[in-house]
Amino acid sequence: MSKNTDISIALLGNPNSGKSTLFNSLTGLSQKTGNYPGVTVDKSIGNYTFDQTKYIVTDLPGTYSLFPKSMDEEVTCKAVVSKLHDKIDVIVIVADATNLKRHLLLATQIIDLKKPTVLVLNIIDEARKNNITIYTEELEKLLGIPVVPVNSRNKEGILELKLAITKARISDTVLYNFQSVNKILPQFNSYESLIQSQFDTHAKQKVSLKEFELEDNIYRFSKLNYIIAKCVKQPEQLLKSTTQKLDSFFTHKIFGFAFFFIILLIIFQFIFFIAEYPMTWIEESFAYLMNLTATSLPKGQLNDLFVNGVLAGLSGIIVFVPQIALLFFFIAILEDTGYMARASFILDKVMRRFGLNGKSVIPMISSVACAVPSIMSARTISNWKDRIITILVTPLISCSARLPVYTLLIGIMFAGRASIGIFNYQGLVLMGLYLLGFAAALAAAMVLKYTLKTTEQSYFIMELPVYRKPQWQTVGIVVLNKVKVFLFDAGKIILAISIVLWFLTSHAPNSAFDKIEQNAIQNAHISQGEINSQKLEASYAGILGKKMEPFIKPLGFDWKIGISLITSFAAREVFVGTMATIYSSGDTDNTETLREKLISQKNYQTNLPIYNSAVCWSLLVFYVFAMQCMSTLATTYRETKHWKWPAIQLAFMSGLAYLSSLLVYQLLS
Amino acid sequence: MTTLNNLKLGQKATIIEFTDEFLSRKFIEMGCIPGEKVKLANIAPFGDPIAIEVAGYLLSMRKHEASTVVVKINPENNVANCDV
Repeated sequence: MSKNTDISIALLGNPNSGKSTLFNSLTGLSQKTGNYPGVTVDKSIGNYTFDQTKYIVTDLPGTYSLFPKSMDEEVTCKAVVSKLHDKIDVIVIVADATNLKRHLLLATQIIDLKKPTVLVLNIIDEARKNNITIYTEELEKLLGIPVVPVNSRNKEGILELKLAITKARISDTVLYNFQSVNKILPQFNSYESLIQSQFDTHAKQKVSLKEFELEDNIYRFSKLNYIIAKCVKQPEQLLKSTTQKLDSFFTHKIFGFAFFFIILLIIFQFIFFIAEYPMTWIEESFAYLMNLTATSLPKGQLNDLFVNGVLAGLSGIIVFVPQIALLFFFIAILEDTGYMARASFILDKVMRRFGLNGKSVIPMISSVACAVPSIMSARTISNWKDRIITILVTPLISCSARLPVYTLLIGIMFAGRASIGIFNYQGLVLMGLYLLGFAAALAAAMVLKYTLKTTEQSYFIMELPVYRKPQWQTVGIVVLNKVKVFLFDAGKIILAISIVLWFLTSHAPNSAFDKIEQNAIQNAHISQGEINSQKLEASYAGILGKKMEPFIKPLGFDWKIGISLITSFAAREVFVGTMATIYSSGDTDNTETLREKLISQKNYQTNLPIYNSAVCWSLLVFYVFAMQCMSTLATTYRETKHWKWPAIQLAFMSGLAYLSSLLVYQLLS
Repeated sequence: MTTLNNLKLGQKATIIEFTDEFLSRKFIEMGCIPGEKVKLANIAPFGDPIAIEVAGYLLSMRKHEASTVVVKINPENNVANCDV
């Protein structure tokens, strides 16, 4: 908890100013991720103690000026002019010492807000290497605030910064142009009130600062020319040739794409295959724990709730951690080295056609493994509309949880039939389903591109940062924060839904379960599998499945499939387990016996197979399109901070699934 | 007088003015002020977006965005003797 004596610091700077690295160096592992009210921007807070005082540090999203051009930037600008509720005692401006002029634009605006401020000349080691000399004392004099050179990578200057923060002061220098301020509205008695007026909620008081912004920035740059000339000695050519050499490789027609492809392949290998090992360990450990708890604790409702509701739910949450950690490990490296901006640069033209962004490629490919980490990784897309579209369409791409369902159904359809020539039927169909998912995602993105309205203007004017070595501390903290966000934010929702699902499948009205058990005692030949099957049929989920039957009958589905569709919400592969329970095929893990059982099911009136190819195709298409994953919905909610988006996702995907299956079944039967 | 999207790789120019209100505000906060010298530093494989060198760093943009920046090609630097 923060006390009144705590000092609150806001960290502010351009994107790519090394702000996050500095934040990590200051606060280490004390970081927490919180929310700003009403926006999707994450709030990073950490703290440190210096000279017996606690300092609470907020890492504000990067911005280039106090005139925001995106929602992230707006959060920052509002925060520094006290339009968000947190108080700020000291503002720390982070500037990249290797490109001081552009980075100081924001600094001069902050100085004019008349708040205790400190300027950090970050990445000072690189500036020295590039033969840039900055006369710090001269700069302090001209700006009127303490200036501290820092190398946040090796923590050089961090102690000096902490000391300077205690001496932060309000500058008595004025850097804005009185005349142009007076021109818009003379009643602005301070630069702060002028910046604040952008965010006035009363439309009447809202002042358009568009013209003023141009004048203000140009005026400041001309002042900065003077300041830079006085305080900085730098070579004529600031941009290093190494960056240009690396660019000619990474954005090359052939090598550039080849390299990107290799990167994708590596990421894919890790989250699809390598993650499988820790995921299995997690599932096995939980299975062991559940078994242990179920047998060692007194039997009853509470035990069942704890084991099959809570523990099963937790297992279903924690099992995502390996994929999230691995995906963000790679993404953090790609971001930190500056490569991500290049990937975006070479892919932008293709992705733009679909309403997507160059940065949408990694989330979409990762989605073949799982939509949950993919949706989280869409956060690297800075444009709101591109990000929302990526989040909405990503779950259409077939994830690994669909694979067991596909395998079962394809197995039923092609039992006994092998191949056309060298191609295996089953392999061809499987590939077709994956392609169908990809095509649907791109088509949906295109539709959303034209239908989704936004107030935020889209642009691709962005910095290509210089290449830097990845910071392992930064990478580690990103991974840790992402895992925490998923476990504690999305996890809560997933746990709640899994308890509801547990209730639906394990409870029945009118003590129907007792009757089934009594019946079983009287008839010794009824197996445990049959008891479970009867119980599931009698349960609320069973009742719901039967109630659903009229709606899903046109798709070729009966109530048994209906139940499985409901339980699939826990994770799509649960379909297989539920079908196994319903058909009491014994060992729920053995797909082979279930397949045989399903093939042998005959309609009692017509004596034809129930699982004919029309039903199988219809079910397959349904599973390609349908949004049947509570974890994905919970993650979408977490990332968009609004129930509207998961609701839209659920509605359009289910609608698409229903109509497609309807079409397929009616055509084939 | 031409616009930024028409520069050839390595060609240098000076920013004169902007033709789009929103983009001009974005360009200016990124340090693209009238009078500033720029160089076309990179073109993406499909011909779009492009990247320019300005104020000591690289700035990428789509071609239609670059077409809102009016520039004057610097006479002393044509493609033949550029240093790319």
